[in-house]
Amino acid sequence: MNHTLLRTMTQLLIAPIMVFALYVQFHGDFGPGGGFQAGVIFAAAVILYGIVFGIRAAKKAIPDGILRAMAAFGVLLYGGVGVATMLLGGRYLEYGVLAHDPVHGQHYGIILVELGVGIAVASVMILIFYAFASRGEPDDR
Amino acid sequence: MIDEIIGLYNYWVVIFLMMTGFYVVIASTNLVKKIIGLNIFQTSVFILYITMGKVADGTAPILEEGITSYSNPLPHVLILTAIVVGVATTAVGLALVVRIKEAYDTIEEDEIHDQDDSL
Amino acid sequence: MMLTIIDLTLLFFLVVIAIAVVRIKDLFAATMLLGIYSLLSASIFVTLDAVDVAFTEASVGAGISTILALSTLSLTARIEKGHPGPTWIPILVCAVTGLTLIYATFDMPWFGDPDAPIHQHVAPHYLEASAEEIDIPNVVTSVLASYRGFDTFGETVVVFTALVAVLLLLGGRKGEDNESNQNKDEGGAS
Repeated sequence: MNHTLLRTMTQLLIAPIMVFALYVQFHGDFGPGGGFQAGVIFAAAVILYGIVFGIRAAKKAIPDGILRAMAAFGVLLYGGVGVATMLLGGRYLEYGVLAHDPVHGQHYGIILVELGVGIAVASVMILIFYAFASRGEPDDR
Repeated sequence: MIDEIIGLYNYWVVIFLMMTGFYVVIASTNLVKKIIGLNIFQTSVFILYITMGKVADGTAPILEEGITSYSNPLPHVLILTAIVVGVATTAVGLALVVRIKEAYDTIEEDEIHDQDDSL
Repeated sequence: MMLTIIDLTLLFFLVVIAIAVVRIKDLFAATMLLGIYSLLSASIFVTLDAVDVAFTEASVGAGISTILALSTLSLTARIEKGHPGPTWIPILVCAVTGLTLIYATFDMPWFGDPDAPIHQHVAPHYLEASAEEIDIPNVVTSVLASYRGFDTFGETVVVFTALVAVLLLLGGRKGEDNESNQNKDEGGAS
């Protein structure tokens, strides 16, 4: 697409959208929000970039391979918190053992788990968009 | 009777929306339209759950001093995750439609049956 | 009272949009209507106190779903062929199912009833104890990540599995496994 207006506005918007995604991610304990929403909002920023500047440019900015690794990493981070609590003597996903004070342990656990969800959801949504968008451009591989 | 209407109208509208989605799924021959119908059905189920979680005079379940009555947070959690899972499974369905289009060059159900001599 | 009027108006718009989706043949228009439908249902979630759900529905339902459906349309066809007029057997099936469900609603607790069974089981514990046990204000987050952490882990894995399925379906090169499809695919690619 070659609309100057669209391109300029997109450039202006992408950074605030990503910052908002981080706000939603880490403010989820206090207000509406959390990993699922933050991941989707972050993905929306990349998808916007892909729509306006082309899927090739988006893939150059955030390559396929990294996203595949990140999607797996997000799920592993969630599962890993569970394994860590087991190694520390608790049950699976019993966050209380992560710190001396069980309430602080809950805080750490929830932040880590939400981070895992956010990373996984963002990568999955971007990759699904890449898969659909690349299907229309068979040379772009 | 009036009490029942006030107490239950939300469910009735939800059921109407559900059946609209159901109709699109079974009556439409276009595969993308079927997935759109499934999405309508899915969203109406979300509204049903959230309706059940509402408490009259309650407020959003974010703890604050001076507020005693909150709506039920459990359906919110279930539906929140269901929405994200729903879009992921919709993506799988749409990917299948794209592959069907590539294999049969159509996304109309009856034309696919004609090509396969099935049905 | 004000909330009831807002609620009724939003539900009315939902019904109108659902009927429009059934009748419209242009799949592009149907997809955009579906986006509006999602956004309206997000507003309903706000009136029903489910702010987290509204947030998710607005970003996922109205945003990502619409994008995915539009990308599919660009790869397939924009106009539904279909047959003219309504088909009676599906209408009959839907009417019978709908009436049965409406009959069942008379056993449901009334809208907003604080004594409904759903509010008696574990929900009061979550609301009362989460301030001490977890000490974060948003109860939805504490139930999502801590009390119901297993569920959420399962959902995350489902999302990941869906990604694997999409990549299996669309990730490979077109027509790689079938030589005879090669020409047709190249003709259909935009």
